[in-house]
Amino acid sequence: MTGFELFPPPSLWQNWLSFWRFEDMNLLWVLMGSILLGMSASVIGGFAFLRKRALIGDALAHAALPGVMMAFLLFQTRDPLVIFIGALCSSFIGFFLIDWLPKNTKLKADAALAITLSFFFALGLMLLSFIQGLEVSNKSGLDKILFGQAAAMTDGDIKLLGYVTIFVLITVVLFFQKFRLIAFNQSYARTIGIAVNRYELLLALLIVMSVVVGLQLVGVVLMAAVLLTPMAAARFWSNQLATILIIASLLGGFSAIISTQISYLAPAMPTGPWMVVSLSILFILSLLFAPQKGLLKRYFDYQNLRQKVAEENILRTLYKLLERKDFKDKPFTLADIQSFRNMPSHCLQNTLKLLEKKGFAQRTFQGITLTPEGFEKATQLTRRHRLWESYLNEQADLSPEQVHQHAERIEHILTEAQETQLQQELSNSLHDPHGNQIPRKAEPTSVERGGEKI
Amino acid sequence: MSNDIWILATASLVAAACALVGVFLILRRQALMGDAISHSVLLGLVLAYLITDSRALPIMLGGAVIIGLLTAWLSDTLSRIGKVQSDASIGIVFTFFFAIGVILVSLYAGQIDLDQECVLYGEIAFIPFDTLHIGGGENLEDGFEIGPRAFWAIAVVFVIVLISIIITFNRLQTVAFHPNLALSLGVNIVFWHYFLMTLVSMTTVASFDAVGAILVVALLVIPASSAYLIAKSLKTMLWLAVGYSQASVAIGYTVAYQLDSSISASIAVSSGVLLFLTVASLQVQKQRKRAANNV
Repeated sequence: MTGFELFPPPSLWQNWLSFWRFEDMNLLWVLMGSILLGMSASVIGGFAFLRKRALIGDALAHAALPGVMMAFLLFQTRDPLVIFIGALCSSFIGFFLIDWLPKNTKLKADAALAITLSFFFALGLMLLSFIQGLEVSNKSGLDKILFGQAAAMTDGDIKLLGYVTIFVLITVVLFFQKFRLIAFNQSYARTIGIAVNRYELLLALLIVMSVVVGLQLVGVVLMAAVLLTPMAAARFWSNQLATILIIASLLGGFSAIISTQISYLAPAMPTGPWMVVSLSILFILSLLFAPQKGLLKRYFDYQNLRQKVAEENILRTLYKLLERKDFKDKPFTLADIQSFRNMPSHCLQNTLKLLEKKGFAQRTFQGITLTPEGFEKATQLTRRHRLWESYLNEQADLSPEQVHQHAERIEHILTEAQETQLQQELSNSLHDPHGNQIPRKAEPTSVERGGEKI
Repeated sequence: MSNDIWILATASLVAAACALVGVFLILRRQALMGDAISHSVLLGLVLAYLITDSRALPIMLGGAVIIGLLTAWLSDTLSRIGKVQSDASIGIVFTFFFAIGVILVSLYAGQIDLDQECVLYGEIAFIPFDTLHIGGGENLEDGFEIGPRAFWAIAVVFVIVLISIIITFNRLQTVAFHPNLALSLGVNIVFWHYFLMTLVSMTTVASFDAVGAILVVALLVIPASSAYLIAKSLKTMLWLAVGYSQASVAIGYTVAYQLDSSISASIAVSSGVLLFLTVASLQVQKQRKRAANNV
């Protein structure tokens, strides 16, 4: 009985170990090739993304299919270079069609894209099914380019992949400045004498080349994601184009490693979908957790701002209450505050607790009072509010009824410097448009009674 | 012989339903959304099958509609919240869904009678062998055979699409041509957007067996675009789109018969050829007019 267990099938773990020991030299090349492809496709896709043609890669990849089939049909060979040139030609035809249709007919750009994509793909499939019905040798494996199969790549494929991707990467590095300028400000690039059309063509050529060499690995159907998703994800991490592109290429390379591994461990699995799934997961992670532009960070920023606004509103309300009582230090009740500012009780309670913690307010048995620091802060806010009201009234010709809403927002974000500037500009006005005194800076506030409209 | 008739009938229903829905996609400039939904429907189909273990039409339609609407909603939300261009967000969402769909198909290839090929081409040549039976209970062979499953699926959906368009014609017209007017009249544009997406999802899933996930894009977009080029009103555009789609079915079927190529791909290709003929004749007319003006 034990004889059967002498050669147990290698476990997933063992397979994985042998993957990383590179027992199969060919595998190392496939891995290198797919990393290079992931990187170059992400970088060149980044420029397509910036030119607001994010889905062009999708259409071009689909458009390559009939070229592959025609090349095979005409030359009866699987030589990578022949296939590559065939795919390049038909992708280029697709590219010009996408450009030509919206310019010369009523059809819109999105329709032109969808038409080109589906027509070329259908043509490719028709040729493929025709080839499969023919009696020709080595036709098997042609359909692998639909979804990609890293494990099925030949030496020739990998060499070509390497040359093309390195060519693409080097070209992008060489012409980076010009590409960047064209991507962001085409008309400026044109005025300083850059041959925009020539560079656009070069960019198109690079996109088509990356798409076409990627077909073996990722497949026609999902090539779009490899061009598009890394760039979309990398944008959350930085504002510098060079940094974004480097991050995009790292993401592309990383997902290539993951998908090649899976394709090796489970040979029935197509590579392309796994690459796309890992890229999408990286995208979701970037969307949520990126340090500056991620959703979580933005959510917390928003909550902090809301909290700050609530606190400052209460401080200002307390100031106004004090102003009514001629700044006699008298405690106020919650009801007093609520009569001035509409706020749910629990929210008010929480905010007051925070104010107490920060040392701006005190709660005693009689009620709520401002601490000296709190009073200073409240004075500053009121000063900013009223300065802004006066400024709008004088400079923007808004009536006193209109200015309050604007000031209510801006008081939270005006800076020290802006405040001084406003004060200088309005040096001779002591009162806001509602007739309330504007509290002066670094001076003991004079006492004046007045009711401010809310 | 009867098999050929079933194939032709299914193909022409698929083409007609796609053309009708496609008209509104073209007018609303949502061609790419049609592309996206037709891809992600695969995931809906596979998930619905894996969860319920049934291939009943309502379940398939339900799964597809849920995923279709999810695609539309997610792309919209992503471009709003994530500040991604709208076409990029569509691309990210549908490639993700489609990739998961393909992975599930390869994982459970034994259980689902879908394979990667069928996802792409559909297998319209084989639909006559998968028939529906009425009565007979558990034992399918006892029942009365009423025709291929795929035919009845697309027939039901075609009727749904046709009735929806007839009933809501005026609303759809306003929303398609004057979205701003519709908005100011108090029409809920968002509702009509998702209504259209529901129709697209149902049509693509019912066409799935026949033409696969990607060729359906051709049938959605190409006949409607040809009609868009020459039609002067929505009604003529709808009729023309259906006309174009039926012509492509006829030509495509003949070509496929001659070349022994895939029927669905040939239909899509011939619809494309018809579009290019239309474009070419319009260009020639334009040239002539220009020449006449110059003289």
